[in-house]
Amino acid sequence: MSAFRSAVITFPGSNCDRDMADALEKVSGTAPHRVWHGDADLPEGLDFIALPGGFSYGDYLRCGAIASRSRIMQAVIAAAGRGVPVLGVCNGFQVLTESGLLPGALLRNAGIRFVCRDAKLIVENSQTLFTAGYSAGQTITIPVAHHDGNYFVDEATLDRLEGEGRVAFRYAEDVNGSARQIAGVLNQAGNVLGMMPHPERVVESAHGGTDGRALFESAIRGLVAA
Amino acid sequence: MKVRVYVSLKNGVLDPQGRAIHHSLEGLGFAGVNDVRVGRFIELEVADTVTDASLEDMCRKLLANTVIENFRIERVAS
Repeated sequence: MSAFRSAVITFPGSNCDRDMADALEKVSGTAPHRVWHGDADLPEGLDFIALPGGFSYGDYLRCGAIASRSRIMQAVIAAAGRGVPVLGVCNGFQVLTESGLLPGALLRNAGIRFVCRDAKLIVENSQTLFTAGYSAGQTITIPVAHHDGNYFVDEATLDRLEGEGRVAFRYAEDVNGSARQIAGVLNQAGNVLGMMPHPERVVESAHGGTDGRALFESAIRGLVAA
Repeated sequence: MKVRVYVSLKNGVLDPQGRAIHHSLEGLGFAGVNDVRVGRFIELEVADTVTDASLEDMCRKLLANTVIENFRIERVAS
């Protein structure tokens, strides 16, 4: 088996990129490429692309809006179209919706406040590249830290997402007002996942939890098997 | 030429910021305010050659997120 080739994209204002890179290295055994937003191209032959959390461009205009129009995102959108797995966490999720890779938008939390705490999630679909290491209905604990995580999309799209098994994770309780308590959604092909909670913050026992580890393991195993 | 772009949340999109402002207005004793919605106002200084179609494209591609927002473009003679 060849080494797992992943990349973490850093935008100006990203602040979870090192955590993401560290998690990918710890779980896969290979350090990811670090890619800057102004780069024109991604490294060749990537197995996995991660868009990290943070406050890209200071959340100017709308969260993720300017990052989603940055140079490197054209390459990320093209890679996603070829089937390369893309994970967007927190601000990365906002970048994915703003770029059109995922449906919907992330609004200000319904309770207005920034929410920073552990959240219980229910694994809704364990038949995906990112969730095969969990079982359907399993409750896991992953921290959230966001101000704009209130997932919004029209009712018809919500029904379609649910019908197609594209709701990967749901909050076990209302955290931010998200439609149908959705915490993570997939694109139609199943190779793009956006989620507000931070799996990269719970991959080793020193983190106080390891429930995020299976997400990275799932993706790595799935890709090695494929 | 000056162009004003008004971006507002679509009907049905929750606006917690507007709700907080509404509560605050009520707290100050202003009666009769039925609803508050917060939008964004963007002023552009553009060459006269910039077309309406191009301005609309700017709104769709960046200035507004049409999943949740509407926009209105106003040209102001300078």
